[in-house]
Formats: sequence, C-alpha cells, structure tokens
Amino acid sequence: MSGQEQIRHHRKDGAEPPEETPVAPQAQTQISTEAVDSILDDIDSVLETNAEEFVRNFVQKGGQ
Amino acid sequence: MLSVTRVMGAETEFGISQPGRPRANPMRDSARVIDAYAGPRGLKSAQSFWDFDTESPLADARGFIMNEAQAHISQLTHLPQAQPDAQYLANVVLENGARYYVDHAHPEYSSPETLTPRDVVLWDRAGDVVALRSVEALAGGEEPVNLYKNNTDSKGASYGAHENYLVDRSVDFDELAACLIPFFATRQILCGAGRVGIGASGEEPGYQISSRADFFETEIGLETTLRRPIVNTRDEPHADPLLYRRLHVIIGDATMAEPATLVRFGATSLVLGLIEAGQCPRIELADPVAALQQVSHDLSLSAPLELADGSHMTAVEIQRMYWQAAAEAVGASADEDTAEVIEMWDRFLTDLAEDPMRLAGEIDWIAKLQLLTGYQQRESLPWNHPKLALIDVQYHDVRPSKGLFYKLEAAGRIRRFTTDAQVSHAVENPPEDTRAYLRGRVVEKFTDALVSASWDSLVFTTGGERHVRVPMKYPLKGTKSLVGEIVESAGSVGELLKSLGITTLEDSSPAVHRDRNEV
Repeated sequence: MSGQEQIRHHRKDGAEPPEETPVAPQAQTQISTEAVDSILDDIDSVLETNAEEFVRNFVQKGGQ
Repeated sequence: MLSVTRVMGAETEFGISQPGRPRANPMRDSARVIDAYAGPRGLKSAQSFWDFDTESPLADARGFIMNEAQAHISQLTHLPQAQPDAQYLANVVLENGARYYVDHAHPEYSSPETLTPRDVVLWDRAGDVVALRSVEALAGGEEPVNLYKNNTDSKGASYGAHENYLVDRSVDFDELAACLIPFFATRQILCGAGRVGIGASGEEPGYQISSRADFFETEIGLETTLRRPIVNTRDEPHADPLLYRRLHVIIGDATMAEPATLVRFGATSLVLGLIEAGQCPRIELADPVAALQQVSHDLSLSAPLELADGSHMTAVEIQRMYWQAAAEAVGASADEDTAEVIEMWDRFLTDLAEDPMRLAGEIDWIAKLQLLTGYQQRESLPWNHPKLALIDVQYHDVRPSKGLFYKLEAAGRIRRFTTDAQVSHAVENPPEDTRAYLRGRVVEKFTDALVSASWDSLVFTTGGERHVRVPMKYPLKGTKSLVGEIVESAGSVGELLKSLGITTLEDSSPAVHRDRNEV
C-alpha cells in the first residue's frame, strides 16, 4: 500500500535489545491454565482459518 | 478536594480490513463503514457536515501556531479538501453526541463528552457497538469489512486511541508536560493492550505491554502521525480558550477491558487534578522515550528506569508515587467515582508488584498474555508464529462471535461494569450532564434542520439561505438539567432557537455568531 506510514523505532540508548526470548513475569509459572482452558479448547474454531494469510493481509495505513 | 470528575472523552481509530483483499482502499472502506451505519438510521453523512470553522489543529500549547506550509498534510485536519481521497471524508454526528467519521484511512468514533470514568467506559463501549453494527451492515454484501479496536498492524503502521481531558487554562503548559511525562511513560502497566512483536514492524519476536510504545520518538510535540510525542501540544480546546485547554493524549492503547479503561481515564484525571492543584510529585526520567520502551519490553516489571539525578525507580514505584499523592489529596471523604478509581489503581499496583497474573481479568495486556502463553504451551509455538500474531489481532475484533476479548469476557474471565442494555442505551442517547446532551438530542430531533455540527457549535438552517450557528463553548452547559425541557418541548427549530434565547438579525450575514448567548 503506497504512502503507508513507515516509522521505525530507533533505540536511542544504544543498549542491548531486549532479551531474545522476553522473560515472562515470574508469576507466569503460576498461571492457572485451567482458567483459560475452556477458551483454548474452543479457540481453533474461532480463529481465522489461515493464520499466515490473515496476518500477511492485515495491512493498515498509519493513523494518528 | 481532589475528584476524578472532569470533562473527558475517548477517541478510537479502528483497524480496518476487507477479508482476503489487502489492497482495498481503506479510505473508501472507512467511508463505507460510516455510511453503512448512518444511512439506515437517517443520520447525515457528508464531509461538509462537520463545522470546521472552529477547528485549529496547528495551534500549539507552547504558544505559537504552526505554519500550514510547514505542516504535514495529515495535520491539516481542518482543511478536509487538502486530504487525499477527500471524497471519502464522511462525517456523522450520532444521537449520543459522538462523532463517527473517516480519519486518516480509519473509521473513528470520538465519544461524547462525559464527566466520570464510568461514563467514559460506557460511551466508549457504545462506540464499539457502533463499529459492530457497521460491520454487520456490510457483512451480507460483496465487500464485507472487519474492524479491530487495536493500534498497529505490526508492519510499521500505528493508529491511535486518544484521550481528551479538559484542563484549567491557568496551568503552565511546561509544568503540565513535565509532570505528565513520567506518568505517561509508566501508565501502560495499568492499561497497555499488549502486543506480539517488538519494534514498530514487530521485527523481534516477543511480547510487550504497550501496543503504541515503539511508535513514539519524542517527548513533546504537535504531531500525532509522525515523530509522535509522549505529550501532544495540540491546543484546540473546543471550548472557551480563556478558561480551558483540552489535553489531547495520544500515547494510550485502545483498551477493551472495562477495568483498564476505567483506570486509564481515572488515574489520568486524578494526576491532572494534582497538577492543577500544584501537588504533583516531581520525577524526572533521564530519557523518557527510552524509558517508555524499556517499560513496554519488560514483562517482569522490574526494569530500573534511570532518573535525571542518576537514581533509579521501577514503573510500579513511579506509579505508586503518583497514586500516593492522589490518595492523600483525595482524603477520606471521596465521592464514589473517585474512591473507586483510587481503590482500583491501588490494587492494580499491588498486584502488578506481587503477581501480575491476578489481573488477567482486568487488564488487556495481561489477559492477552495469559491467552497467548496458554496457547503457546499447548502447541509449542515460538513467539514469531503467525498463529500468535493472529490471536493478537483477533483479540480486538469487534464481533463478539470472533473477538477473543469478547469470548473471554462472555466466559466471565474479564470483569465488566456495564450491561448490554446500558450500552445499547448509550448508543442511542447522549450523556445528560455535558453539552453532548444538546448535540445528541438535536441530532435525534432536528436532523433535517441541522446543517453542520462540531464539538462546540451547532449550525441550523431556518429556511432559505439563512444559517444560524449556536456556539457551545462551555462543555458543562447544554445539559439535560439546563435545556432538557426546552429541547423536549420544542416543536420546531424556530421554537428551539427562540427558547434557547437565540435571536437572529434580519439582514445579517448567513452565519450569525451569538457568543453572548451561549447555551
């Protein structure tokens, strides 16, 4: 899409980029996966069928 | 006594997509979205329906006006003809007093002015229903359109979810900005929407707290579409400029979870109250933009942010300082709305420090993270897997049948304040305690005679070429208690104007300004 806003984020501080695999909060180990289990059981029937195509096609023009 | 009550409003630019057709013109589709909603309801949808005469997007709060020649075309929002694809700039004023229109290739819902965080939540959510009904209206046709209440495509483009707060004009702007910058750099832990991918184009795999942080480049500035600033200086009060400024906040994420929206607006209103009272804690970050991104990328919430004096604080500690000052200024006898915000902000900070996952039912970035990590663990997917990017986008789908946020909420996983009935009512009816009441009721009752409208004006035709502009520079006028009986009993626009005390001069120019007869 022409004219699409392309704003790159430049790390100002020259510091290391965040860890390759961002560390989830400590608390994450305590997530009760049960809490979202029913949603997860159902999620594949709700998700758009072709994830790769959907994500590739989700192109927006910049806004405010 | 510090209170959370303040004139506030929320703007949502929706992500827009035609399934399977990434090259569809988003300006055209945005106009189709607006028209699909307005048409069947008999609401006027035209570029000229918004009264641009009162707009001044290039006025800078630092005391100057940007030259139009120096402005980026996207900043010339008061000159709609200057915009590319100008024929698609639909503008509608809804029965609830909101504005629904095409802004920068996105449909935007700007909520009516409200006074409490609870009401912001309600009329913001009404906008999500307006978006849903637009999608539904186009669903059966040849070019269906889907809308997403999110902020980025993770391909370099971002679009906003702005907030507006009426602020006492006498507050020094530099002071306002200095107090707000550390607050805004860290507020995302309370109300970030979460995002898969790090960097504006999501170039590094991972997850971050804010969907907007990677798109900000400077501390203070006028722009909203490029070189985005933490504090936006647009000085367009849409109200009496001698009394008020409108703080236009562009740094927030589009929140879907009602508790997060409540704290987002409530805590910000309280901090503005602290600044107005000269009681705001002074913290100075060494590099606010770097800190903003550092906080967003740190899911452990433990990153030490460097202050100007060389010491360090975490985002939670900085927020706790603002909370402390607000709690002290509020005192023991707070009104209900204020007490609720103080309590929730407090609890959010405690839980964020101890176990953020306790807030999976209240804050979007945590709800989404819990969903993503649950799915990730089941399927053993890396962060850069398209399924996770899909979940990230689909969390924000406005359709309850597809939107993962709505699935979670409907399953009781996310706390909700409003009911469907209240939201439906807010779609059709304005708040009663601001000028949005008059705007909304006039749209409902006298659409035929309404030539154009804006936040601070209504322009009527009274027959022939004559137009009458009713200025509404005072957001706390035009309320139900002030004009309710007049509006409800008026049988015609002539009667309405007469009862409001608006008189027109026989031989005046078509647009008659009646600044002394404010309603």
